[in-house]
Amino acid sequence: MSSQSPHPQRLLMKGTEAIAEAAIRAGCRSFFGYPITPQNEIPEYMSKRLPQIGGAFVQAESEVAAVNMIYGAGGAGVRVMTSSSSPGVALMAEGFSYLVGAEVPVVIVNVMRGGPGLGGIGPSQSDYFMMTRGFGHGDQRAIVLAPSTLQEAVDLMGLAFDLADKYRNPTLLVGDGLIGQMMEPVTFPEARTELPEKSWATTGKPASRERNVINSLDLSPEGLERHVAKLFDKYARMEREEPRFERFQLDDNPPVCLCAYGTMARIAKSAVQQLRAEGIRVGLLRPITLWPFPTSAFLEQAETTERFICVELSCGQMVEDVRRALAGRRPVDFWGRTGGVVPSVEEIADEVRRLCG
Amino acid sequence: MSEQTQAQIQTQTQTQEKVVFERTRVLTPKHTHYCPGCTHGIAHRLVAEVIDELGIQEKTIGVCPVGCSVLAYDYFDLDMQEAAHGRAPAVATGIRRVLPPDRYVFTYQGDGDLASIGMAEIVHAANRGEKLTVVFINNGIYGMTGGQMAPTTLPGMKTTTSPYGRKPEECGHPIRVSELLNTLVAPRFIARGALSSVKEIVRAKRLIRQAFELQHTGFTFVELLSTCPTGWGLPPDKAMRWLEHNMMPFFKTGVLRGPDAMPEAAMPYAPDLTVGDAKSTNGKEA
Repeated sequence: MSSQSPHPQRLLMKGTEAIAEAAIRAGCRSFFGYPITPQNEIPEYMSKRLPQIGGAFVQAESEVAAVNMIYGAGGAGVRVMTSSSSPGVALMAEGFSYLVGAEVPVVIVNVMRGGPGLGGIGPSQSDYFMMTRGFGHGDQRAIVLAPSTLQEAVDLMGLAFDLADKYRNPTLLVGDGLIGQMMEPVTFPEARTELPEKSWATTGKPASRERNVINSLDLSPEGLERHVAKLFDKYARMEREEPRFERFQLDDNPPVCLCAYGTMARIAKSAVQQLRAEGIRVGLLRPITLWPFPTSAFLEQAETTERFICVELSCGQMVEDVRRALAGRRPVDFWGRTGGVVPSVEEIADEVRRLCG
Repeated sequence: MSEQTQAQIQTQTQTQEKVVFERTRVLTPKHTHYCPGCTHGIAHRLVAEVIDELGIQEKTIGVCPVGCSVLAYDYFDLDMQEAAHGRAPAVATGIRRVLPPDRYVFTYQGDGDLASIGMAEIVHAANRGEKLTVVFINNGIYGMTGGQMAPTTLPGMKTTTSPYGRKPEECGHPIRVSELLNTLVAPRFIARGALSSVKEIVRAKRLIRQAFELQHTGFTFVELLSTCPTGWGLPPDKAMRWLEHNMMPFFKTGVLRGPDAMPEAAMPYAPDLTVGDAKSTNGKEA
């Protein structure tokens, strides 16, 4: 790293590579993954870096295998991750459920692309439902982080590993082809040297302790119900402690509030600035955690803001959470592009002008 | 009672209660859920005895499958992980790659788990030469789900999903997994044993021990021909004879791959990549 810049803490990097390096700084020394566009630079970067620092890189035979490899490694107590893109992430749904059930902390990055089916490789936010509605079978939840800049992606990768360990639950980080492929200057945190102890990990059973078992099977209905109740206690705590969001140009309580996350929030911010320059008072409420959804931030904003306009790189997914959060208090409109089409600032501004004109 | 008499009685009692056979300490005291006559109990014990004899209990991590042995994590007194159906080799890969190299990692999988839904995972773990021991229980049937046809079910064999007998023209022939893996370069040890008689069980234990001993040099695999009296609809003793009479002629026992045995089909290949290199060719031509 230091050879690339005289100021090693400030680097111009591609999104996917910044995400990979941020994971390493967070203490992740093992990566298991399968190639898929548009995120291939993450496994490529890991395959180069991890052997240099005594880590483990394995190109798995499939996403199905990859998610089970991180189950094994996470269960053995190390920080571990995989990355993929929409169709590949879908193949991890089974393994994800086992990770939740067996309480194995890992990080999974989804660089979303357009669907359904094989779809395309352009930037998309069409996996919002898949990521936030309990990805995988069974009663389950997981924290979903959505950066909108590369610096935020770097910061959230560290947080993703911390949250995974804090709750013993997998953490999802979602981006899209734009976040993955663009270049921005980023500052990395100091590399983590002290990581949490994991007394539950399967490292080989010394005579001094009981054996550790990583498992999600419980054939007793009462036992399984108790286990799921325990998981839901964790989710309740996540909903109390982990919602994150950004308020942009909302301090003067504008009558109109855009809602967007990730790449779309970047474009929406520019639209807000352009509209304000024209005298149209508008702001942006940007969820950083897609789950838990920052419901109270929306409720608070609804006290003064009269209408909400949700803009997404999909045909309308997060808008359902916005409507649920506002529970009919204010009208919520939706506008989006999909299939890998990224709208211009002007398109969003036009939509606001049309609705508020 | 004098001290001398007490001592005499104690000695006498000790003599009377001399232990000649007991539970292997690598197994927990928990009673297994296996059907009477099922060979899972034998296979568990053999694996546990080997781990005990090698003195590696504290360094061993096991991975169980989905199938009848799904609860094996309750029976081995080891750190254990329970894998999704067929994924044990991938889970074991994750464990192996991040733990210190002195650890021993094994999977214990049935034929539906390993040879059907998990075929990709076992082939690729073997092909990468993951330093694992895979114990493969082949009884030609899905036991836990109620006796359905497996990839290893013999031609003509009746199961709950091949009620007219397995038809090879529709379902293919049974897969010989050991032979299939033996076409790969990386594996260090591939062997097949049978749990049908005392003689075969003693041999099978030797194979398991060899596999564990070679584990740190590469991928090791032991297939164990096993019985499913319930699924086969046979009493345990007849199931043993059925195994010998019907399975052993098709699934030949013995060491297919060992330190001294490498089939020609699996010889390593080291191509000379400089020959087709565009730049170097151009250089020569220029």
